[in-house]
Amino acid sequence: MSEVQKANADEPLLEVRNLRLSVRTDEGKAQILDHVALTLPRGRILGVVGESGCGKSTLARAILGIVPKAATVESGEIRLEGRNLLALSDRTMTREIRGRRIGFIPQDPYLALNPVFKIGAQLLPLLTWHAPELKTAADRRARLTNLLRRVQIPEPEAVLERYPHQFSGGQRQRLMIAAALAANPSLVIADEPTTALDVTTQKQILGLLKELTVEFNLSMLFVTHDFGVVAELCDEITVMYAGQTVEAGQTAKVLTAPQHPYTTALLACHPDRSDALTGIPGLVPSPLQAPPGCRFAPRCGAVADVCSRRSPKLVGIAGDHFVSCRLADETRSATP
Amino acid sequence: MLVLKKFAKDKPAVLGAFIVLIVVVVAIFAPLLAPYPGDAAASHLLLRLKPPSAAHPFGTDNLGRDILSRVILGSRGALAIALLVVGTAMLIGVPLGLIAGYSRGWLSETNMRITDVFLAVPQLILALAIAQLMGPSLQSAMLALTLTYWPFFTRIVYAEARRLSASLFIDALQCIGAGTTRILFLHVLPNCISPVIVRATIGMGFTILVAAVLGFLGMGATPPDPDWGLAISESRQYLPEAWWFSTFPGLAIFLTVLGFNLLGDGLRDIVDPRLRRSR
Amino acid sequence: MTTGARAGGTASILEARDLEVLLGGRQRFLGTAVPPVRAVAGVSLTLAAGETLGLVGESGCGKTTLGRVLLGIQRESAGEVLLDGRIVSGMDRADARKSRNAIQYVHQDAGAALDPWWSIGGILDEGLRVHGLGDAVARHERIDRMLGAVGLDASFRLRYVHELSGGQLRRVALARILLLEPRIVILDEPTSGLDLSVQATVLRLIQDLKARLGLTYLLISHDLSVVQRICDRVAIMYLGRIVEIGPAAQVFAAPRHPYTRTLLAAAPRLVPGHEMPGANLIIGDPPSARHLPPGCAFHPRCAFGESKCTEAVPRLEAAGAVHEVACRRWRAIDVVPVSI
Repeated sequence: MSEVQKANADEPLLEVRNLRLSVRTDEGKAQILDHVALTLPRGRILGVVGESGCGKSTLARAILGIVPKAATVESGEIRLEGRNLLALSDRTMTREIRGRRIGFIPQDPYLALNPVFKIGAQLLPLLTWHAPELKTAADRRARLTNLLRRVQIPEPEAVLERYPHQFSGGQRQRLMIAAALAANPSLVIADEPTTALDVTTQKQILGLLKELTVEFNLSMLFVTHDFGVVAELCDEITVMYAGQTVEAGQTAKVLTAPQHPYTTALLACHPDRSDALTGIPGLVPSPLQAPPGCRFAPRCGAVADVCSRRSPKLVGIAGDHFVSCRLADETRSATP
Repeated sequence: MLVLKKFAKDKPAVLGAFIVLIVVVVAIFAPLLAPYPGDAAASHLLLRLKPPSAAHPFGTDNLGRDILSRVILGSRGALAIALLVVGTAMLIGVPLGLIAGYSRGWLSETNMRITDVFLAVPQLILALAIAQLMGPSLQSAMLALTLTYWPFFTRIVYAEARRLSASLFIDALQCIGAGTTRILFLHVLPNCISPVIVRATIGMGFTILVAAVLGFLGMGATPPDPDWGLAISESRQYLPEAWWFSTFPGLAIFLTVLGFNLLGDGLRDIVDPRLRRSR
Repeated sequence: MTTGARAGGTASILEARDLEVLLGGRQRFLGTAVPPVRAVAGVSLTLAAGETLGLVGESGCGKTTLGRVLLGIQRESAGEVLLDGRIVSGMDRADARKSRNAIQYVHQDAGAALDPWWSIGGILDEGLRVHGLGDAVARHERIDRMLGAVGLDASFRLRYVHELSGGQLRRVALARILLLEPRIVILDEPTSGLDLSVQATVLRLIQDLKARLGLTYLLISHDLSVVQRICDRVAIMYLGRIVEIGPAAQVFAAPRHPYTRTLLAAAPRLVPGHEMPGANLIIGDPPSARHLPPGCAFHPRCAFGESKCTEAVPRLEAAGAVHEVACRRWRAIDVVPVSI
């Protein structure tokens, strides 16, 4: 290990700071991400949780550098292993980062594989592009079959000659996991990878992902809407609302003692938790007309005048638990 | 209205709509707009083959009739053929397509095989055959065009109805006990009418063109009708000296067909039901 | 059948006896014969007036098919359906559906189940007109009242399907069905695809409407948190058969069937302590309904399976007063030492 790397060993693998992203639409500018912050320490699994439209998938795509054409990153940085990804060219992102340093597991394994090509024909080229250290086709084949065996796909040699439709949803997701790991990445981003699966299959996939992070020395960014899955899989959690980060911290802490009113309200909606099944009054604001200041203010039970005047900062309370709310601001300034 | 806003952005479509609108207005008020409405039938041999002038802006033809008046009067025939042919073809083709698309088994299969047979018959050949049988006239041309055009509507509606019959909202209607006729005409039909409208619009232009071809071949309109195709046919022997004789009826055909085609292409983009808005 | 599947003493309004459904399997013109798939195999259950019965299972287990057969939109291959004690099965689709007007079905994907061409008011009116209920004025009033009852207002009458959010669409779908004054409502995955905060309000509405209108629910779902939350009884299905049925509290607290235990252990839950004693993590996918293993369909994946499990399909047997289980080894499982 070189000196430089040693110095960075304590540094988080992935750090997103102050990320703002907007999309031009026919009806005006939509602020999809607004001051998003996120920290993923090495070797950990971070769950990014939020309801639909909160920007969690856009965030995952921004890290991969595959935002839509109409989108503009207005400010912020995305640092992976010390490099600011936003400063890299498209060419560098394609050649050195995406697929090589960052693996991606999509939501829908049915759409992610081309139905007319064999599995081998689709997965082996990944190794040609991203694992140049493997010189011969036989080496690449060996690496791939080992990976397939590791993700518990029976008869990996034969699998390379099969077509995607011959696999069940769970098996296809295993194929996608193998594809994501093909180039030995340091970060894996998974976008709702178990949403389309049955619970018993989901359980198997979650177990597999957990083992693989340890075995391959990975860090994982796991995008989901399901608190149950986060509770089961993730070490850390970042909660998003309407394009803003509202709370971040260790999963156990955030789920048992949420500090942001939104996290509290959302957890109270879960059928396992809720006493009255009240829901949250009001609607998620449109990104075209985001309210000024804290975006949750119009629906918040603890709203004050200051909330609509300025955006709260993500501040640390009690160690590595971060909250973006005036309440946290006040608590902190009250304690000397 | 979102639909109009979107349509207004589509320049070629607006141009097409403008042309079609002008043709329709001209056709409706043809006798009032034509400087010499009597020239539909009358002839003035002393004035034959005069080049364009102030009195006759498009010149005169071989019988001394004002070409501007005949082009204006001819728009009525062209539009009437288009409307009648496309309308009748829709009346035959759309219900057949609905039934074939919604039903399964022999009814659907028989229906579509018959449609395919008609689709295979070349339009002009059938028109020539019918003209032989019934004598060349506008009626036989229209009959031939209708007989060869309805299968297009059946095909379109069949594909749409097949897709819709598998959709969840049709299933939901069956679940609440709605009858087949009701589902077909109140729910399947409105949802597959958009591509039909597009096809019909383009079909109007197409029909005008083919009708002109039939007129040119002497299998459609008969003299002294102010038919555009017929006019071009009559003008052939006076080319190239009397260039105006064939040019202006030709331009009329060209512009009308272009208008319908541009409009049809534009409609294709905006007939998405998702553009319906309550406010 | 035993009395165990009946909910304690209340009158049953809907009953299914040995229902079988064969799907597909037809000789196509000039094509090869496709063997049918047994989507539902010998299912018997009763629905007591005023209860909510949850029908739980993974995709392809036949729960939606069973719901559609009970509704009458899908024909049964064998067995009977009784509504208020009258046999309403064995007729063709249209008659079966007509005789079961008291049962209505709410689709899983509310947005796709509403006609995109019609306004919401038109969609709601259409249901009433199909059933010939009331004149134009009366229908108008009823629609306004029902929109209010599902938490929307009369202004929604003019809106279109694509202008509504997921939660609003569920409300419209519920309103359309409830306008037809059913007594039994089959809810197919009523909250799938909804956000947590919206899901909570929709579940609340479903519970409120049941109490207000005196409804009976058959709730089809794969979401165990939701089922546990709002169902009185729950039936677990695996590959076309009910493997366990009983009061929700009992099934969730002390599941008897190995598959139920596996399912409960696999579901990600927010409340701790859901580790299921004796449940194994099953590997692989469920077998295809086309090639069912002999005997108990679960035995190849079962931790408690023995050679006798392959011999005969286990019947539901009483495992408590109102709790039935279809496993020949359930007594043995109960005493398996627990290790967490």
